[in-house]
Amino acid sequence: MTDPAVLTIDSVRSAMRNKQTTAAALVERFYAFIDDADRQVNGYLTLCKERALAQAGKIDALVDQGAELPPLAGVPVAVKDVISTAGVRTTCGSRMLENYVPRYDATAVQRLEKAGAIILGKVNCDEFAMGSSNENSAYGPVRNPRALDRVPGGSSGGSAAVVAAGTAVVALGSDTGGSIRQPASFCGVVGLLPTYGRVSRFGLVAFASSLDHIGPFSRTVKDSAQLLQAIAGRDPLDSTSADVPVPDYVAALDQPIRGLRIGVPSDAFASGLDPRVEARVREAIEVFRRAGCEIVDISLPNNQYAIATYYIIATAEASANLARYDGVRYGFRNKDAATLAEMYRRTRDQGFGAEVKRRILLGTYVLSAGYYDAYYKQAQRARALLAADYRKAFQQVDVILTPTAPTPAFKLGEKTGNPLEMYLADIYTVTADLVGIPGISVPCGDADGLPVGVQLLGNYFAEARLLQLAHHFEQLRAQAPASAQA
Amino acid sequence: MKITAETVQNIANLANLELSAEEIGAMQQDLSAILDYVEQLNQLQIADLPAMEHVLGAAVAAAAGQQPGSNEAAISEVTTRPDEPHPWFSQKEALANAPLSGAGHFKVPRIIDKG
Repeated sequence: MTDPAVLTIDSVRSAMRNKQTTAAALVERFYAFIDDADRQVNGYLTLCKERALAQAGKIDALVDQGAELPPLAGVPVAVKDVISTAGVRTTCGSRMLENYVPRYDATAVQRLEKAGAIILGKVNCDEFAMGSSNENSAYGPVRNPRALDRVPGGSSGGSAAVVAAGTAVVALGSDTGGSIRQPASFCGVVGLLPTYGRVSRFGLVAFASSLDHIGPFSRTVKDSAQLLQAIAGRDPLDSTSADVPVPDYVAALDQPIRGLRIGVPSDAFASGLDPRVEARVREAIEVFRRAGCEIVDISLPNNQYAIATYYIIATAEASANLARYDGVRYGFRNKDAATLAEMYRRTRDQGFGAEVKRRILLGTYVLSAGYYDAYYKQAQRARALLAADYRKAFQQVDVILTPTAPTPAFKLGEKTGNPLEMYLADIYTVTADLVGIPGISVPCGDADGLPVGVQLLGNYFAEARLLQLAHHFEQLRAQAPASAQA
Repeated sequence: MKITAETVQNIANLANLELSAEEIGAMQQDLSAILDYVEQLNQLQIADLPAMEHVLGAAVAAAAGQQPGSNEAAISEVTTRPDEPHPWFSQKEALANAPLSGAGHFKVPRIIDKG
């Protein structure tokens, strides 16, 4: 059996089919590897070995019967700890839910298992998915496997880190303002934000309901295509899941890309961008140009307002969604309080970390009487303005290309003192969530040994186009001589 | 905009958060900086644009090759399931995560303080 860190969905499935290993043996091997390699990374919060072995048993039985294997047969998956798993603790990276055990599976989890995947465990993240560095977890920060003194990005830092470290083949994360794409960029893996409504949110613990998405992490573009295939599509349990047909994502990968139009916004290389990131992204543009794509300069004139818009809408929705944590139905409760009102306040004071409190306060403020129109309504109008800009852009181009993040992974503790500065680093990612369009981050080289990602944004439900371009890019980079990769 | 300690205390009350004096001071700083930053949205002359509460309508309209409509269209794209009873949590399951329960109920501290 080869190194777990180079396995793909296809290689695992064919190893099962050819009886080179059993699913049970593979699971045991991954747990041994996690035991060893995850100590430094701190990616996993909860392992679910019993559940994993039960699922492995089902796959091995299919192999023994000579039956057709499902598309993700035997594939070890990690799931971000904001996604519900029946019978398996789901903490959301918060003290508030330290002992919370959901009674049901998220639809995405249920679909993964139906497709034959094996859930190894739940992975670390910023508390309630609020953060860009994974330093807001109540269970300690995740370390970037590519540089242990650096953050893995956030909020899906654990998902990105375990895929990069090889302690899972693929993972599920969630993205509200960049929480899949930015950690994918920091850890040197592929991360995909699907269109809003493409993947059911049922069982995803709510942060900002109009912005929350579940999506895949993987080491190859094809694996993200296969993972998305398994989880996408209408779900009666989520009224905001779209009733739009799901195409064959894998079949799209090898379609030719010559003649496709790639828009580069005029502010893609604005100030604040690390010059090493800029160099890698410009090289990526050249790769596409040489492959016959047309590079088009475009203007997205209101992008500068995206962060302000995002932090009003996201915090407003969060302040409403997080009102449910009151120490009554689930989660932590302060047991010393004498009255109900006191119990609510102390429970929330002790159960939530500083960033979550900051966002609840900001959200409460922008929704409060006298400020609602000035902040919240204005932000919703700005959101409409951004959506109109992107609609126009997609009349000109097939996809939009930008850096995923303005810098490579920064050092642990480097930005924790300044929340606003941390928010500003989401500049390239928040707009896709606000507008509802899909995006992908794919590795495009290194900056002094630290991974850099390039982001492609597509029109609504154009995941196949993003995966196709990203797949070609990945193949072209692999073929290029090392000297051309800097 | 400078947020006062009193304002922080007021919104903490609205949000059912109990903050220490130290936390109030820190939040005063952070919220002031963030609100200063988001103030730039007021430069936009967009009073006549419809507020976008949701993106699903725009997404589904685009998928159908139509011009996305107003916000009303967004709401109409939300598809509800038939209103039919189906098995869900048992009472026992619903109470399983409660910090304190008894006799089939969630239990909480008394609501009215002793006078």
